[in-house]
Amino acid sequence: MSTATTEQTSTYTPAAESLNAVLAAGEAPPRPSAWSAARTFGWRAMLKIKHVPEQLIDVTMFPIMMVLMFTYLFGGALAGSVTEYLQFLLPGIMVTSVVMITMYTGTGINVDISKGVFDRFRTLPIWRPAALVGALFGDVFRYLTAAVVILIVGLILGFRPEGGAVGVAVGILLLVLFSFAFSWVWTMFGLLLRSEKSVMGVSMMVLFPLTFLSNVFVEPDTMPGWLRVFTEVNPITHLVAATRGLMQGNPDAGEITWVLVASAVLVAVFGTLTMRLYNRK
Amino acid sequence: MTEVAIETAGLVKTFGDNRAVDGIDLTVPAGSVYGVLGPNGAGKTTAVKMLATLLRPDGGEARVFGHDVVREADAVRAKVSLTGQYASVDEDLTGSENLVLIGRLLGHGKPAARDRASQLLAAFGLSDAADRQVKNYSGGMRRRIDIAASILKTPDVLFLDEPTTGLDPRSRNQVWDIVRIIVAQGTTVLLTTQYLDEADQLASRIAVIDHGKVIAEGTPGELKASVGAGSIHVRLRDAAQRESALRVLSGVLGAGVHLDADPVALTAQLSGDDSDREAAEQASRALAELAGAGIVVDNFALGQPTLDEVFLALTDHPATTEEVAA
Ligand SMILES: Nc1ncnc2c1ncn2[C@@H]1O[C@H](COP(=O)(O)OP(=O)(O)OP(=O)(O)O)[C@@H](O)[C@H]1O
Ligand SMILES: [Mg+2]
Repeated sequence: MSTATTEQTSTYTPAAESLNAVLAAGEAPPRPSAWSAARTFGWRAMLKIKHVPEQLIDVTMFPIMMVLMFTYLFGGALAGSVTEYLQFLLPGIMVTSVVMITMYTGTGINVDISKGVFDRFRTLPIWRPAALVGALFGDVFRYLTAAVVILIVGLILGFRPEGGAVGVAVGILLLVLFSFAFSWVWTMFGLLLRSEKSVMGVSMMVLFPLTFLSNVFVEPDTMPGWLRVFTEVNPITHLVAATRGLMQGNPDAGEITWVLVASAVLVAVFGTLTMRLYNRK
Repeated sequence: MTEVAIETAGLVKTFGDNRAVDGIDLTVPAGSVYGVLGPNGAGKTTAVKMLATLLRPDGGEARVFGHDVVREADAVRAKVSLTGQYASVDEDLTGSENLVLIGRLLGHGKPAARDRASQLLAAFGLSDAADRQVKNYSGGMRRRIDIAASILKTPDVLFLDEPTTGLDPRSRNQVWDIVRIIVAQGTTVLLTTQYLDEADQLASRIAVIDHGKVIAEGTPGELKASVGAGSIHVRLRDAAQRESALRVLSGVLGAGVHLDADPVALTAQLSGDDSDREAAEQASRALAELAGAGIVVDNFALGQPTLDEVFLALTDHPATTEEVAA
């Protein structure tokens, strides 16, 4: 390969003819729509997954580990039977894993944006948030992958959702939608903080309490009062309740609405903050 | 009177206490190469980033074809392209994917973006490497794909930030040829460099910047005239004769003689206005005088003025890296 590289360098002579032809044909097409620019960035994210497939390890191995670990760790103790507990646990574990994976969005943005190619993106006359929205499209694919992996492992272990295929699909959809909205928190930190490491640190500090102090593992009724207060306002609790309801065949309109409203608020607040930081960089 | 492509007045950018760009006034005529010459840390990249709308100035203003870089950023973006100092392409993607990506972002449909990409790859001699990830490209190939991405839409102004730093002489010549062709087609190029030689080869005007300030501006001829037509480096056999050599050379060539770090060497500026013949005459006269005074010269070399010599002449201090000597 290196010989081919050297050879190329040495044999190339810039030819005025072909370069002139290229320059003469360089008329600018009409500016792309916001949606089309974001989709193009989504395509870029997918290409990166294609070229660096190792990055899917964390969205496959980590969720599998979570399901196995918590099913067998708590299954016997908390519910008496592993299969029985799994019916309760799986939607919650799915939410936990996917929400945990959202933190890679922040570190990803932090690394990506420090590269020169973002300078080029930012000199293009396109809808400004497109680069970030597109990157999140790629992340949505990762969230979906993780959710599906967990579902498959769950089915193998004996998860039998009463909500059927539709309930499960809508549940996953809701989860992915919320995760997309939640990711804007991390894009903000990704732009705000200097290094990948500090982004990681902040993510952990936010995510651990959010996911564990919720109704993922046990119903909050058994918790002391102060903790119950926290779990009640914790968005993850509502997301889990909504997803669990959908998958178990008794959807809770109130919880679903709560999640949709929370998603809208997250995008409005953190999306705006992110764009402000992005424009200032 | 030619049209003005870029105009800045009192442009300032500070990072904390560091005035990276400290009041720069530039007027770049359209349709030519304008060279911005300066050592590491002079503020070249910072200045270019402000002109390309990537950084917001802290003071002063800048216009590109009449559009303000802050208030009319989108209009400026529609006119400029930037090839950054560090690869402004995506290293994980292939050369072809990179160009299709930029093409799509400019508004081309998929087939048109693909056509455009292969046309560019061919013109830049990268067709064989089209499907290889850019991270496996050689330095020269990277520069070329980067420039190709910058002219996907023929820009009115092309910023090239140190386009040849780190390239071997052959790749550097290729980049020079590309720049000449692009300018001949009417694009204005603003090029930053650390090499006087490069600015001299390409630019019709040069601004020399140091510590965020323009310390000289003019045509390459004017600049070189202010430094002299070059220099002569002399190595003596005997270090003890260096003082007398200094006197002899000062007598022949005037004040611009200084001792090198090497105890047997000294360097003298050749004066004269941009005429190589005159410089050569001066050099041979100097060598004859040295021989006449019984000073043994082991070795000598004629040098084009270097950036260091330009700085010495303009600021009385050599080109310093970062702000060590400020
Ligand atoms: N983002 C930043 N934050 C803080 N300081 C910065 C930043 N960017 C540049 N500087 C400082 O500003 C000064 C000018 O830097 P700049 O990169 O513009 O120089 P340059 O002329 O491009 O140098 P080089 O030849 O090394 O590329 C330097 O002192 C540098 O340390
Ligand atoms: Mg620089």
